[in-house]
Amino acid sequence: MSAGALAQSGRDYVYIVGSSTVYPFATVVAERFGRSSEFKTPKVESTGSGGGLKLFCDGVGVDYPDVANSSRAIKQSEVDSCAANGVTDIIEVKIGYDGIVFANAIKAETMTLSRADIFLALAKEVPGEAEGELIENPYQTWADVNPDLPAIKIEVLGPPPTSGTRDAFVELAMEGGCKKTPWIAALKSSDKNKYKAICHTIREDGHFVEAGENDNLIVQKLQANPDAFGIFGFSFLDQNMEKVKGSLVDGVEPTFDAIADGEYPVSRPLYFYAKKAHVDVIPGLRGFLREFTSERAWGEEGYLSDRGLIPMPDAERKAVATAVRDLTPLSMAAE
Amino acid sequence: MATSDTKTTRQKVEAGLPRRRRKEFTFKLLGMFATAIGIVFLGLFFASLIAEGTSAFKQTFLKLDIELSEDVLAPGGELDLAYADFDGLVRTALRAEIPEASGRQDRRELYRIVSVGAAYQLRDLIAQNPDLMGTIQSLWVPASSNVDMLIKGNIDANIEEALRPLSDKQIGWVRQLQDKGRLESRFNRALFTNGDSREPELAGIKGAVMGSVYMLLVTMVLSFPIGVAAAIYLEEFAPRNRWSDLIEVNINNLAAVPSIVFGLLGLAVFINWAALPRSAPLVGGLVLTLLTLPVIIIASRAAIKAVPPSIREAALGLGASQTQVVFHHVLPLALPGMLTGAIIGMSRALGESAPLLMIGMVAFIVDVPGSLTDPATALPVQIFLWADSPERAFAERTSAAIIVLLGFLLVMNLTAVILRKRMERRW
Repeated sequence: MSAGALAQSGRDYVYIVGSSTVYPFATVVAERFGRSSEFKTPKVESTGSGGGLKLFCDGVGVDYPDVANSSRAIKQSEVDSCAANGVTDIIEVKIGYDGIVFANAIKAETMTLSRADIFLALAKEVPGEAEGELIENPYQTWADVNPDLPAIKIEVLGPPPTSGTRDAFVELAMEGGCKKTPWIAALKSSDKNKYKAICHTIREDGHFVEAGENDNLIVQKLQANPDAFGIFGFSFLDQNMEKVKGSLVDGVEPTFDAIADGEYPVSRPLYFYAKKAHVDVIPGLRGFLREFTSERAWGEEGYLSDRGLIPMPDAERKAVATAVRDLTPLSMAAE
Repeated sequence: MATSDTKTTRQKVEAGLPRRRRKEFTFKLLGMFATAIGIVFLGLFFASLIAEGTSAFKQTFLKLDIELSEDVLAPGGELDLAYADFDGLVRTALRAEIPEASGRQDRRELYRIVSVGAAYQLRDLIAQNPDLMGTIQSLWVPASSNVDMLIKGNIDANIEEALRPLSDKQIGWVRQLQDKGRLESRFNRALFTNGDSREPELAGIKGAVMGSVYMLLVTMVLSFPIGVAAAIYLEEFAPRNRWSDLIEVNINNLAAVPSIVFGLLGLAVFINWAALPRSAPLVGGLVLTLLTLPVIIIASRAAIKAVPPSIREAALGLGASQTQVVFHHVLPLALPGMLTGAIIGMSRALGESAPLLMIGMVAFIVDVPGSLTDPATALPVQIFLWADSPERAFAERTSAAIIVLLGFLLVMNLTAVILRKRMERRW
């Protein structure tokens, strides 16, 4: 479809899909943009990162989204499927960081965990005594995992496998701890599938409870049960500071500054992707990109940091903002 | 015959009586117990909803004397509403109210007492009445949601400063404003007149209610005539054979299909194949039509079956045609039952959110939809989105939205009951 035909068939608002983690930030930008410009307020659908990128890659034209939010970087396979549908020249915008916290009730004892502790407590199979041996996870209490920890039952509430938060938690915390065992780390190069199966599989014997996508619910359950732990994004910790607190992971407390500095180990970058072909065709898209990458939005003291988005360092923000202004497309080529 | 060891029937019955009475008593007790459990849970549900939700109908407002200075609004002599610095005016007024807040950090904290909605309110005021420029207006503007939560007691001022969203200074200023009578709790009109927003104090359900209304209109207009026509044909005209049996089984099956399946069907047929717009109430209405059709057909067939055959036979005997029998006699008598079925189907459709997920209606939409093809959400979807928001003030708004939804459902179901009572005829 040519640019002219696009404009004629008319959609006068920006259409955004994607990650439920980025949704709270994208919606704030959309609302501010809609209220302060002459354009309509963009529509933001919460579809999950994968679902959003699939819709995004379905084609170019008014029926397809202009922007896809994602709590992970776009995959090669997605770039390929985009290209197959004529979606080339994708602009990648990294917007900041999100920390994943391992929290318990404010009245409970603050835990100091290592990523290895987290892996041993939550993995389906853990390394046995002999090298290369795997046993069904036998640990019942935190003290079984590590004698320094209290002897309370392991009970962790977390997101379901469809969630981007779960993906990131598994990759950063579980895999980070899993790698500490040398023979498993060696598997990474020799048998990648087995390595992933060991590091990424969470136990299913009731010690890990899938609590659905609703993080407010997890916070409520933690308050009711001081022995339980919950896994959710930093923005929920930030809004519920008097109810729950984050455990120290590898000795670092999940605070705004520690995540921004990259000291806190369980944090991930957040992105959105935009179609260059839609800029100046869909009214307001260029303005929306500019609003999102403005200092008043994503800066150190911008309104997104009030909502719990951890800003990138100054230099990185500047580089991304420049790339967005020049509409520099993603360098990852379709294969 | 010895009568002493053989019992008469009467004796046998009397011997069994205590046991039968005991059984009856236990069954009654169990029934009462079951009903009581139901009522207790319903009571708990309503009590928690009302306890949590009623505070959302009030919102804290802040009175500011704002100078609508021409120098700030129209620096070049030309007023441009999109770029005029309304925020600046609000901030100046706030600084005048709390003069001791000086220094960058203090002022930043001070500005967070008032909602960003204050600037939008000023903009709307000037847009409606540009003559106000240059005057000083005393206005009630919404306070930020954290201040609102503090006033409502949802933020504890006595816990450690780092653990709450308001600092000691901010709480001090709020108390100061309270003492001066500058803070007031008023009816939260925004809840009913605004679309969705990420600022809890500006968020409203109007967009969602309008989305639901448009969808139900489409559903009503399509599903009632189609459902009634199908029911009449199947009951009065269709031959009884294997095909009509098959159709009947299928309709009964469809009524029990999980609603998400209809959403998938809608996505494939209406959006991907017919290229209708995503997130539109039109598509939502079509999907809900599919969902309510079986319910309406089943209810309408039952209503037609309840019309006594003597009426049909009398009409036929007097020379009426099959069509005349149906439209002059059967349909008017069956209509109350059909309407009741339709309203119950509609109220089921109003509460649905799962099928709307598939067709893009679970979305953040600020503008209130004005037509069938504008992007929209629905009330249950709005509840779902608010329940998942991190900002604490959305918790009470979620409950308030549920109260409103229950109100709509109550009105619809009550209408169905009244219709049935008023118009139903017994033979």
